[in-house]
Amino acid sequence: MKISITVNGTEQDADVEPRTLLVYFLREHLGLKGTNVGCDTTSCGACTVLLDGESVKSCTVLAVQADGGEVTTIEGLATDAGLHPVQQAFHENHALQCGYCTPGFVMASVSLLKENPNPSEEEIRLGLEGNLCRCTGYHNILKAVQAAARAGA
Amino acid sequence: MIPAAFDYARAASIDEAIELLGREDSKVLAGGHSLLPLLKLRFARPSLLVDIGRLDDLRYVREDGDRIGIGALSRHADLALDPILAQGCGLLARTAGNVGDPQVRHRGTIGGSVAHSDPASDVATILLTLDADFVAHGPDGERTIPAADFFTGPFETALGPQELLTEIVVPKVEGGRYLKHVRRQQDWATVAVAAVRLNGDVHVGLAAMGATPLRARAVEQAVAGGAAPADAAAHAAEGAEPPSDFAGSAEYRAHLAQVLTRQALEQI
Amino acid sequence: MSILGNRVLRTEDDRFLRGRGTYVENLDLEGAASITFVRSLLAHAKIGGIDKSTAEAIPGVRVLTADDVDLPTFGPLPFGFPDDMGRPVVAKDVVRFVGEIVAIVVSDDRATGADAAELVMVDYDPLPVVVDPQEALKDETLLFPGAGTNVAARTQPPAANADDLFEGCDVTVSGTLVSQRLAPCPLEPRSTAAQFEDGRLTVWLSTQTPHQDRDAIAGMVGMEPSEVRVIAPDVGGGFGAKIVSSSGLTEEIMVSWLARELGRPTRWTETRSESMLALPHGRAMKLTYTIGGSKEGKVLAYKLDVLADCGAYPTLGAILASLTTLMSSGVYDIPRLEAEGTTVVTNTTQIAAFRGAGRPEAIQVIECAVDRFAAEIGMDPAEVRRLNYVGEFPHKTASGANYDSGDYTGALDLALRSAGYEELRAEQKRRRDEQATKQLGIGLSSYVEITNPLGEGELGEVEMTAGGEAIVRTGSFSHGQGHETSFAMVVADRLGLPLEKVTVHKGDTDEVASGTGTYGSKSLQIGGTASAAAAETVVEQAKQVVADYLEANPQDVVLDKGLGRFHVAGTADPSMSWEELATRAEGDGRLEELKAANEFKGQPTFPFGTHIAVVEVDSETGQVELQRMVCVDDAGTIVNPMLAEGQVHGGVGIGVAQALYEHYTFGDDGTPLTGNLVSYAFPSAAELPSWETIEMETPTPANPLGAKGIGESGTIGSTPAVYNAVVDALAPFGVKHVDMPANGENVWRAIQEAKA
Repeated sequence: MKISITVNGTEQDADVEPRTLLVYFLREHLGLKGTNVGCDTTSCGACTVLLDGESVKSCTVLAVQADGGEVTTIEGLATDAGLHPVQQAFHENHALQCGYCTPGFVMASVSLLKENPNPSEEEIRLGLEGNLCRCTGYHNILKAVQAAARAGA
Repeated sequence: MIPAAFDYARAASIDEAIELLGREDSKVLAGGHSLLPLLKLRFARPSLLVDIGRLDDLRYVREDGDRIGIGALSRHADLALDPILAQGCGLLARTAGNVGDPQVRHRGTIGGSVAHSDPASDVATILLTLDADFVAHGPDGERTIPAADFFTGPFETALGPQELLTEIVVPKVEGGRYLKHVRRQQDWATVAVAAVRLNGDVHVGLAAMGATPLRARAVEQAVAGGAAPADAAAHAAEGAEPPSDFAGSAEYRAHLAQVLTRQALEQI
Repeated sequence: MSILGNRVLRTEDDRFLRGRGTYVENLDLEGAASITFVRSLLAHAKIGGIDKSTAEAIPGVRVLTADDVDLPTFGPLPFGFPDDMGRPVVAKDVVRFVGEIVAIVVSDDRATGADAAELVMVDYDPLPVVVDPQEALKDETLLFPGAGTNVAARTQPPAANADDLFEGCDVTVSGTLVSQRLAPCPLEPRSTAAQFEDGRLTVWLSTQTPHQDRDAIAGMVGMEPSEVRVIAPDVGGGFGAKIVSSSGLTEEIMVSWLARELGRPTRWTETRSESMLALPHGRAMKLTYTIGGSKEGKVLAYKLDVLADCGAYPTLGAILASLTTLMSSGVYDIPRLEAEGTTVVTNTTQIAAFRGAGRPEAIQVIECAVDRFAAEIGMDPAEVRRLNYVGEFPHKTASGANYDSGDYTGALDLALRSAGYEELRAEQKRRRDEQATKQLGIGLSSYVEITNPLGEGELGEVEMTAGGEAIVRTGSFSHGQGHETSFAMVVADRLGLPLEKVTVHKGDTDEVASGTGTYGSKSLQIGGTASAAAAETVVEQAKQVVADYLEANPQDVVLDKGLGRFHVAGTADPSMSWEELATRAEGDGRLEELKAANEFKGQPTFPFGTHIAVVEVDSETGQVELQRMVCVDDAGTIVNPMLAEGQVHGGVGIGVAQALYEHYTFGDDGTPLTGNLVSYAFPSAAELPSWETIEMETPTPANPLGAKGIGESGTIGSTPAVYNAVVDALAPFGVKHVDMPANGENVWRAIQEAKA
C-alpha cells in the first residue's frame, strides 16, 4: 500500500505491506535506526516516537495508520544549534547508561513536558510508566526531566 | 513480533466500514491498541483490517439533557481532558486518564476498548456500572444495546460481525469511585471495583473477576437493604468466578474484591 | 588538580542521545539472510519427526534440523559437570526446556522467517517434566539418562560436618528462603550478525565477553581463533546474561556457522518473548539456614544448605552455589560455619550469572537469618549486627574468603544517621499502637560482596597517536558502565592530557589483543589498573625519547601533568608537549616507543555497605509501597562518583524488583507463566522511589587505584533490606516469613498463615 508520512520534517513516500509496523518502517525503510525495539507486548516504550506531536509506541502503530501524519523520531530532535533541552538534561544528569531505552525515554519526556510543563516528581514517574529501563533505576531519568522542565523544555 | 499478513482497507464512512466488514475474518482497526498486540503475537489472524481511524465524526463528547454521548473513536487521552465529561461524568474521565500509559492513551479509543471486551477493562467496567447504552450501526441499521447485554464473554460482545460501535451514552453522574489494584501502574487490574450512586441506587461493578466485567448484584442488593459497607462488601465475590493467573490467584482476587468494595462504598 | 574522583560527564553520551548507537541490530549488512529459530513448545519430550515441507514451500526459505547441522555439542563448561550434560546446538532427539531450538529457518527477511517458522511441524513424544529442584534431586525423572543423576555440581562438603555445630547456643533459629528465579531483561534483546569472507569469520555480537566468545565460536565451528573476529559494538545491557560463551547460548554459534555454511552473511535478533525463554535467567536458589547464638546477641554458628536450580543445561550459573557458600557469613565474624550447595538440572531455561551471581543469595539469607535471630532474642537488628561485624582487616572467613578492607560499623552508623533510624522506629511504634491499617517496616541489610571473584587479569594498552592523543585499548567491555569515560579519566590523569584527547577502544578482537570482558564488577579494578599502568609505562618510555630530543639525562626528565609537557627538572624551558613529542617521534620512526601494554591480574576485592529500606504495608490488601531506600556503599577509591552512583541506582532497581515485583514462574508442565513483559512484573519508574545514596571510600590494597567493584553492590545490598522491612512491618501479625517477591498476594498469604 502506498503511503506518505512526514518524518522529521521530510515527506517520505513508500509502498509497504499493511502489516509493516511503524517502528520497522522507520528503521528499515527509512534507515532511521535510533528508535529501538525492546519488547513485543507494548510494554517497554523503547520504540516511542511522536506522531502528530504526541508520544506513541511505534511498535503498536501500523505504518499505514500513520499515512498522512507527522512523525518525529529521536534523530529529529537535535538541531544545528545543538541538542534538545531534554537530550541535554539527560546528558548532564547521567540519565543513560547502555542507551537502548534512551530514545524512547527522551521522546516520552518531550511529550510529557509538552502536556505538563511543570510536573511534580509523582507526575513524572506516572508519566513515564510506559517506559522501562534496566540500567539506571530511573533515579537520574527523573532528575533529568525535572531539570529539563526547569530549563523550560 | 511480526503479524501474519492481512489485507487492509480504509473506510471513508460508517456505511463503507459496514460493507467492508462483510468479508469473513475481518476486524475493525481503531486505535489498534487492543488488536495489534494480539496480531503481533499471532493470537489473531484476521484476513482484513478495516481501518476506521479517519472517521473523525466519531470523535466527540456531547451533552444531551441528563446524558452524555461519546463518539466511539474518542481516545482515552481526549476523554481524560474533556471538560464536558469532567463536569458531567468525572468518574469516566478520571478512569480513562488511567488506562494503560500515556502512549497507549494517545491511541486507544473507548470504542475499541469496549468492543474488545477484556474482562479486566477499566472503561468497560465503568460503563457496565453506569448502565451505559451502546449504539451500533450495522447492515440492518442502527440499534442500541444496553451495557447489561453487551459483554457476552471473554473478548466477546453482542455486536454482530458487521456491526460497528459508533456511540456510547452515559448518564450524567457525580462522584463515584474506581479503585484499581495493580502490580504495576501500567498493568491491567488484578481486581478493580467501581461504585457510584445513580438515581438513588448504588451501582457496583467489578473488573477482572470473571469472564466479563461484572455487576456485583449481591452487594447492590445488600446496600439497597440498608447494609453497612463492610457487610455489603462481604458479598463482593458472590457469583463471580475470578481467574487465577500471573497477576493473582482466584482466592486473592476474591479477597481484594471485598476489600476494595468496602473502601469504595465508604468513599461514595 | 587530578580529574580522578570528580563527577565527569560521559564522553560516550552523544551517539546514544542522538539515536546513533551501534547496536548489532542497527548494522547494515547487505544481502544478509534472516535466521529464525523454531523452538520447542514442550519442556521435556522426545522429538518424533520434523516436517519442513510446508515451510520450505515458501520461496527463499530453507529449514535446517539437527541432521543438517554438523557441529559438536556445546560444553559442558570445564567446571566438573557430568560429561553428558553438554548442550546440543540444535536439539536432536530430545528437548529439555520450552524454548530449546529444534529447527532453524533461513529466509531473505524477518517477516518471511516468522511466517515459515510457524509452519514447521514438530512431532513430540512427551516425557515427564521436572520443574521443581527438590523433585529433580530425587533423580526420578532424569534429564540426562547417561549421567544417571540430575545433580550437575556440588560444592566441596564441609571439612567437618559437626553434629555439635550449635553447641552452646542459647537460641537457634531455622528457616528457608527462596531466592526466586528472575529474568535479566536487558532492554536490548540479543542480536547476532556474521559474515564469512576470505577464510575469516566476522561475528557481530551483543555480548559482554568478545574474546571469550571468539574462542568459543572458533572452537565450535572448527576454526582457529585467529581466523575469527568478534566485534561487540554498542550493547544494550547484559547484567551477566550476555556472557555468551559461558552461558550455554547456541544461537550465536548457529548464526556464525551458517554464515560460513551458506556462503552468505546471516543475522538474527531475538524477540522479547523469545529472549524471555532463551536468554538465561538468574537466582533460583533454595536457601535453608540455621543460625545460633547467645541471648546477648553474639552469633556463634551458622549453617547454610543451598539447593540451586541451573536449568536444563549447566553453565556458568551452575557454579554460583560455590560463591554463595564462600560468602555465606557475610559481614559477620562467625567462628563456626558450615555451608554447602547442590546444583540440579530441571526442565527450565538455563540459569546464568545474573547481576550478583550467587552473592545476592548469600546475603539475602544471612541478613534474613540475623533479623530472625534478633527478633528471637528481642534485640534491635542494628545492634545485633554491630555486635557481630568483622572488625579487623584483612580477614579470612571460615569459608575461606579473604576480605581485604572494610569498615562495617562505619557504614551502619552512616546509614542509621541518614535514615533517621530513631524517628522511623518511633513512627512505626505509633502506627502499631494505633493498629493502623498501613504499617511501617524498617529493614536493614549489611552486605559484603566479592568482586573479580575469579581473580582474573585484564589487558590495558595505551598508544600515542602522531597528533599527541592517546588511544586506550582494553579487554574490558562496557555495555553501559561508561568505560569510555572512566578508563579515559584514569589514563588522562597518568598522561596529563585533557579527557577529550583520550579515546577508549574496546570490543573488537582484531584490534584488542586479549580480554576477559566485563562481569563480576571487575573492569575498573583490573582493566582500569592495567590501562593506568600502561600509561605510566608510556610516560617512562616517553621520557627516554624526550631525553634524546632535549639532549638530557632520562632520569632528569619530568612530565608536568598539569600542562601536559615534558621538561628537564629544574627548568621549565625547553619543554615538549605530547603533540610535539609524538609528531617528532613519528618523523623519526620512533612513535612505537610511545606505546605500551599491561596485563594486570587482580586479587578479588570486597566492597560492602549497609542499606536501609522503609516500606509501608497495607495489611488489608498486602500491597507494599517502598517509601525510602537509604544506601551506603563502599567500593574503595571512586574514580567517577557519578558513574559509581549510576551503578548503585541501577543495581538497587534490580534488587528492589526481586524483593517486591519479579518472579519468573513455570506451570507444572514446564510452560512459562511469565514469558513476556506483560506477565513478568519488571517495574517502571512509577513503582519505585528515588534512592538516597551515600558515599564511603575505604581503599583496597589490591590494586594501585585502591578501587573495588561497585556494579553489583546495589543489587546485593538492597534485596535483603526491602525483604527485612516487609517482615518487620508484619511483626505485629506474627509473621516471620514472606515469600519473595513480597507482592500483595504473598504478603496477604503470609498474614493469613500467621493467623491460622
